Amino acid sequence: MSKVNLLKPNRENINLFLALGIVFFSLGILDFYLNNFYEKNITGFLPGFISFFTPLIFGMIGLHFVRIEFSGIKKLDKLNKNINTSNFNAALSFCIILLLIFSIPPLLNWFIFDANIAGDTKEACTGGGACWVYIKVWFNRFMYGMYPNAEQWRVNATFIIVLVFMGLGYFFPLRFKKYLTLYYVIFLPIISFLLIYYLISGGEFGLEWVETGAWGGLSLTFIVSFFSLIFCFPIGMMLALGRRSDLPIVKYSSLTFIEFWRGVPLITVLFMSAVMFPMFLPDGTYVDKLIRVIAAIVLFEAAYTAEVIRGGLQALPRGQYDAAKSLGMGYWRLHLLVILPQALKLVIPGIANTFLALVKDTPLIFVVGLLELAGMLGLAKTNPKWLGFSMEGYVFAGIIFWIICYSMSKYSYNLELKYKTDR
Amino acid sequence: MKLKKILPQFLTLLFIVLIFGFFTMNAQENMDTRGIEFGFGFLKQEASFDIQFSLIDYDGSKSYARAYLVGLLNTLLVSAIGIVLCTILGVVIGVARLSPNYLINRTASFYIEFFRNIPLLLQIFFWYFAALRALPMPEDASLLLGTSYMTIKGLYTPAPIWNNFDVFLISLILSLIIIFFFNRYAKRKQEEAGIQYPKFLISLGIFIIIPALTFIFGGVDLSWSFPELKQLAKTSFTYEGGVGIPPELIALTLALTLYTATFIAENVRAGIQGIGKGQKEAAASIGLTPGQVLKLVIMPQALRIIIPPTTNQYLNLTKNSSLAAAIAYPDLVLVFAGTAMMQTGRAIEIVAITMATYLTISLSISVFMNWYNKSIAIKEK
Repeated sequence: MSKVNLLKPNRENINLFLALGIVFFSLGILDFYLNNFYEKNITGFLPGFISFFTPLIFGMIGLHFVRIEFSGIKKLDKLNKNINTSNFNAALSFCIILLLIFSIPPLLNWFIFDANIAGDTKEACTGGGACWVYIKVWFNRFMYGMYPNAEQWRVNATFIIVLVFMGLGYFFPLRFKKYLTLYYVIFLPIISFLLIYYLISGGEFGLEWVETGAWGGLSLTFIVSFFSLIFCFPIGMMLALGRRSDLPIVKYSSLTFIEFWRGVPLITVLFMSAVMFPMFLPDGTYVDKLIRVIAAIVLFEAAYTAEVIRGGLQALPRGQYDAAKSLGMGYWRLHLLVILPQALKLVIPGIANTFLALVKDTPLIFVVGLLELAGMLGLAKTNPKWLGFSMEGYVFAGIIFWIICYSMSKYSYNLELKYKTDR
Repeated sequence: MKLKKILPQFLTLLFIVLIFGFFTMNAQENMDTRGIEFGFGFLKQEASFDIQFSLIDYDGSKSYARAYLVGLLNTLLVSAIGIVLCTILGVVIGVARLSPNYLINRTASFYIEFFRNIPLLLQIFFWYFAALRALPMPEDASLLLGTSYMTIKGLYTPAPIWNNFDVFLISLILSLIIIFFFNRYAKRKQEEAGIQYPKFLISLGIFIIIPALTFIFGGVDLSWSFPELKQLAKTSFTYEGGVGIPPELIALTLALTLYTATFIAENVRAGIQGIGKGQKEAAASIGLTPGQVLKLVIMPQALRIIIPPTTNQYLNLTKNSSLAAAIAYPDLVLVFAGTAMMQTGRAIEIVAITMATYLTISLSISVFMNWYNKSIAIKEK
């Protein structure tokens, strides 16, 4: 047993230092815990601001004691390496631990333990936590907007059919694979449009007509983002090609178009589609609000897509163009058969990100009076029977959007890895 | 061959001319039937609506042009605050994301994944309608840091009252100019003779001492006006004195900052990771201190990777500040494209002005950032 130097924890006295470290560390946590949840300050005898920092000081002393290099205990070494390399790091780690202790129990209480889900009136919410009854009662409205309850199967059916058609491309036999792009770019949009027109909108085949003003909720988010995506892609492709063209008029008109839409906020574009656009049409023509909104989003996102695709076009080596030209290919054959297939493969993650941004932008359509999820929340919040539950509503919407966006971003990351070709 | 070049251009031109022609003709016709004449004369008319929060003197008797200016300044204010804060937060989180400390690293990436994947509008709504509404009423608010009150009606902080503020401002500018020349001199000295001055300390000294001198000799005087609770009616209270920051501004700034910072953090991380390990080792091996390695070797290179995407984020933040309209923060969109348009009915002119304004702001930011990017780019021979 060598001499104990408290400033330099060493391996010889490891048990002593470990014990001291654990004691101080737990003391710090305990002090913080009692302070926050029981309002008891066990170090209250110290002058004001020192007792405020005692948990941190205890914790740091504790972590200092256990910082023993090559202690021989695997777990301790791992701990030291990961969160306890220096005093500064120890302080930061300890602050984060305290933050977790401070925030997780109240959050859990709010979300689960004090929350109510049984019942279907406001009065059922007695606990201090979240009132999930509110979400339960309004769930249909949040998903389908003002769409009549009895007709909601039509929305579900449409989405399921579209998803089936989308998945179908995956099972194409090999000899049809070359038509895959054609299928996704032309056939699928037409099918989806027809489905939405005849099934969701209705009015024929004995189905009740539901005006677009009644559509809403999360299903509207999907409809708007889906259509915006499939239309902005071809337009963006043309713009990207136009911007790289040698012909001055084509080039500069594409450039102006792209820079214009990229320079203005989406909200002004939506305003434009709502109030300015009708002025530009012959008197008496009426274009449905939803179509105007989708058109506005398409033009807006097409500019962004164009820039993404241009990135892919620029990344291709000059040799690809030269080789294709030397085979005697013209402009269109060169692009369709050689350049675009390679460029598009490169920009798949970029396109996915643009689509992600698009989904996150769709709540904005509330400015023109279309109520998708965020809009429906605003409506539900002002309902006199259900005042005071805005927190639950936004948390719910936040979780839904988070799941959608997070899975999409993970998917795009996987695509990026999958299509990464070394050159 | 020639036809191949002319035909597509001719078709494009034709397409554009036809569309614009069609729109203009219809617009002309529509305006004729409604008896509106195209023009910007309405800007001089009396606006006759009030704006909750304005940086310059404004009331209902002022013109629409003045209202436009109020909106524009509010937009610029929230963008400027947002850009500064999200840069600071983004850099901190980005560096934390690379920390070898497991807890810090995880917390940073949790933050990024969390705030990045929730639509900005929802975040703004959350802060404004849910979080800030949970704050106490003015009469129940407790003191923050001994000077400010955080209430449901906003944050009330002490306001500085200056005497001879212009003298102070001039001294600030003067000290900045002196610092600039001093740094140039110090750099030349180092390059010529290898003499190193403690540049940072001397600069800081100049920056503190010269403005401080004006307090003694320039007649500059600073006092604070503190917010005080005042009863308006039996149950209605407000604060007088000090500065009141409206909750709309707080919610908007919070949401914009937290959201944009995630993207900047990712840029910072990518930038620092993009620098080869060899650079760091080489710099250390010629005897630079860790601080110097970061300042002279890593940062200059990392910045070149960081700046272009960060510019984009600044632009996005500025454009996203237009979401202010959703929570009634009187920005350009709400004041001008909202209220003013409702009153005048001049959709075309107003939307055009609004869009042109945003285009100008976007272009100026990108011109400035391009200039900055060029100034730090590698100067290849």
